[in-house]
Amino acid sequence: MFEYAPAPESASIVDIKPSYGLFIDGQFVDGSGAFKTINPATEEPLAEVALADAGDVDKAVAAARKAFKKWSKLPGKERGKYLFRIARILQERSRELAVLESIDNGKPIKESRDVDLPLVAAHFFYYAGWADKLGYAGFGPDPKPIGVAGQVIPWNFPLLMLAWKIAPALACGNTVVLKPAETTPLTALLFAEICQQADLPPGVVNIVTGAGETGSALVNHPGVDKVAFTGSTEVGRMIARSVAGTNKKVTLELGGKAANIIFEDAPIDQAVEGIVNGIFFNQGHVCCAGSRLLVQESVAEEVLDSLKRRMATLRVGDPLDKNTDIGAINSAEQLSRIRALAEIGESEADRWSPPCELPAKGFWFAPTVFTGVTQAHRIAQEEIFGPVLSVLTFRTPAEAVEKANNTPYGLSAGVWTEKGSRILKIADKLRAGVVWANTFNKFDPTSPFGGYKESGYGREGGRHGLEAYLNV
Amino acid sequence: MSDRLAVLKTYKLYVGGKFPRSESGRTYRVQDSNVAKASRKDARDAVVAARAAFGGWAGATAYLRGQILYRVAEMLEGRRDQFAALGSSPEDVDAAVDRLVWYAGWTDKISQVRGGANPVAGPYFNISAPEPTGIVAIVAPSSSPLLGLVSVIAPVIATGNVAIVLADEASPLAAVTLAEVLATSDLPGGVVNILTGSAAEVAPWLASHLDVNAIDLTGVADPALAADLEIAAAQNLKRVLRPSSPDWTADPGLGRMTTFLETKTVWHPKGT
Repeated sequence: MFEYAPAPESASIVDIKPSYGLFIDGQFVDGSGAFKTINPATEEPLAEVALADAGDVDKAVAAARKAFKKWSKLPGKERGKYLFRIARILQERSRELAVLESIDNGKPIKESRDVDLPLVAAHFFYYAGWADKLGYAGFGPDPKPIGVAGQVIPWNFPLLMLAWKIAPALACGNTVVLKPAETTPLTALLFAEICQQADLPPGVVNIVTGAGETGSALVNHPGVDKVAFTGSTEVGRMIARSVAGTNKKVTLELGGKAANIIFEDAPIDQAVEGIVNGIFFNQGHVCCAGSRLLVQESVAEEVLDSLKRRMATLRVGDPLDKNTDIGAINSAEQLSRIRALAEIGESEADRWSPPCELPAKGFWFAPTVFTGVTQAHRIAQEEIFGPVLSVLTFRTPAEAVEKANNTPYGLSAGVWTEKGSRILKIADKLRAGVVWANTFNKFDPTSPFGGYKESGYGREGGRHGLEAYLNV
Repeated sequence: MSDRLAVLKTYKLYVGGKFPRSESGRTYRVQDSNVAKASRKDARDAVVAARAAFGGWAGATAYLRGQILYRVAEMLEGRRDQFAALGSSPEDVDAAVDRLVWYAGWTDKISQVRGGANPVAGPYFNISAPEPTGIVAIVAPSSSPLLGLVSVIAPVIATGNVAIVLADEASPLAAVTLAEVLATSDLPGGVVNILTGSAAEVAPWLASHLDVNAIDLTGVADPALAADLEIAAAQNLKRVLRPSSPDWTADPGLGRMTTFLETKTVWHPKGT
């Protein structure tokens, strides 16, 4: 392994304030309390953030309702120009946002800089263009917005999930109240500043910070017409129950336990890169992570040897170091969940990690692979949401499909083979919303994303993503 | 008038392509007939039959599904008098036949209308296409016993889903007679399963069944029951179509098909 000198990205580009308010009706206002957000790589507090209670959520929904009257009547062309403007400011301030994202979330700067931020700006740019073309989107000649959208997003891709929620909502003429995750509120609050810079009319975007209670107040608010949630299947179920009997429209993007299937004729080196990207990208904090490796028995040994060699070169550490491959686990809570499941895994299967020195402070978990896993094992069924890969084997394509589909989830899957007709056949049979063939974890604003089965419903991205925000 | 004594029909369930009695042995008296009263076990049997049929039906070519739906229309056309005798107006029968023809034509068009290539910013082939959700439980509407029933079943099976239908409790004879139409139309057994009896009794078992993927609450008149069914459906994140009272003579649009479709997006690199 090569020695790398530290190459830290400067944090001076971002100015973190000591405290942040809620963003309601175009202004930062006090909340009903406050909580701290910390840097997961150092455990140092970064800022104090306002906590929104039900009353604050009510104010935000009222502001969104008031703004909806004008925003929904604004010609699409003008709405689109606001979104184009936001997209441009995001591009201009992308380094600042990337650094802040890495500091608050723990993800490596090379990912926040090269994946998250470019996708965020592209997403706004893509939906900006839809705003004056909705009549051509296949949802009728004059589709209408739904109203006020209550949006709750997770901590794994804070700004990207914000973009997935806000860009299509605004393009379609809705106004939003968005709640970022309590461990990663800072880029959403910087985005609020960007809305001010872009002169977005007050109330079109409102951001309320807090934890589960704030989210619950938002989702259950009678003034919310549309609920969009990305997060765990457990919370998704609660939301589906809570909107029962109402007229609220819902889209849910939930958990996953994706199979990444390697056939014996796959290009092994490329496949190993795909496996690594599939499970170690973003510390494995990815709902569509390829967390179950299904490898054909005849090449299992070769693939695993190669995978272990590759894992030994992964650099774990300072998220702001440009060489870092795996950053910090987002929170102490998530780290303990990963540890608990890994311990269960250890009692079920064989555990392996490369030699890996972890920093003394902060939340870290070494890249880990379990072999000898069977379908009944909890690490083959439950979403770990960390850098932990479970390896299973198969003999025939039919067995691979059977095993791949044998979870309650259905978000994504991967298939690696040089045989084109096999790709198409297997892709047809996988019950998953996204299938990556000879690649993995690719995202694009034009490409619809979302799950089958208990991975949720509705699609985000592409023309399909408009439907969630139109009254169709 | 002849003195001949008519042979009466026994109205039974339609499950897995067969016409069983309710395993509970129960019947109820409605429309001057004894009609099978389905139980929880019948509902579960229907799920097993539907699951067994799903792979073949979803995997059949869209062209074949269209041919079979058109065949259903032909068979229905031939039984106009029967449905008239059960109380359907001639206009309703006409509209039901026409609706089947309409959906027969959709089977091989919906993928093009709802799917397509996505121009991603990179060297990748990327395509999205709709796929059926799986098993759809349907609470049939009470209005227009034949037209309403056809209007909720046809869109579900046109796209490759399989259906378990709870017939309207007060007018089940049209549903059982429609089952006879389906059974003689080359529709594989299990693609449509029809249960008669009390929806309020049986629907909760389907709403909470973990191998049912979606539920259409169109015919649920009681808002409290509808909310309870939606809550039960949340356990495995079923796709839910909430209650409504559509004008069955109006253009149905795509909503009844698209609610029970998933979108699958496939990526592949170009040139590597």
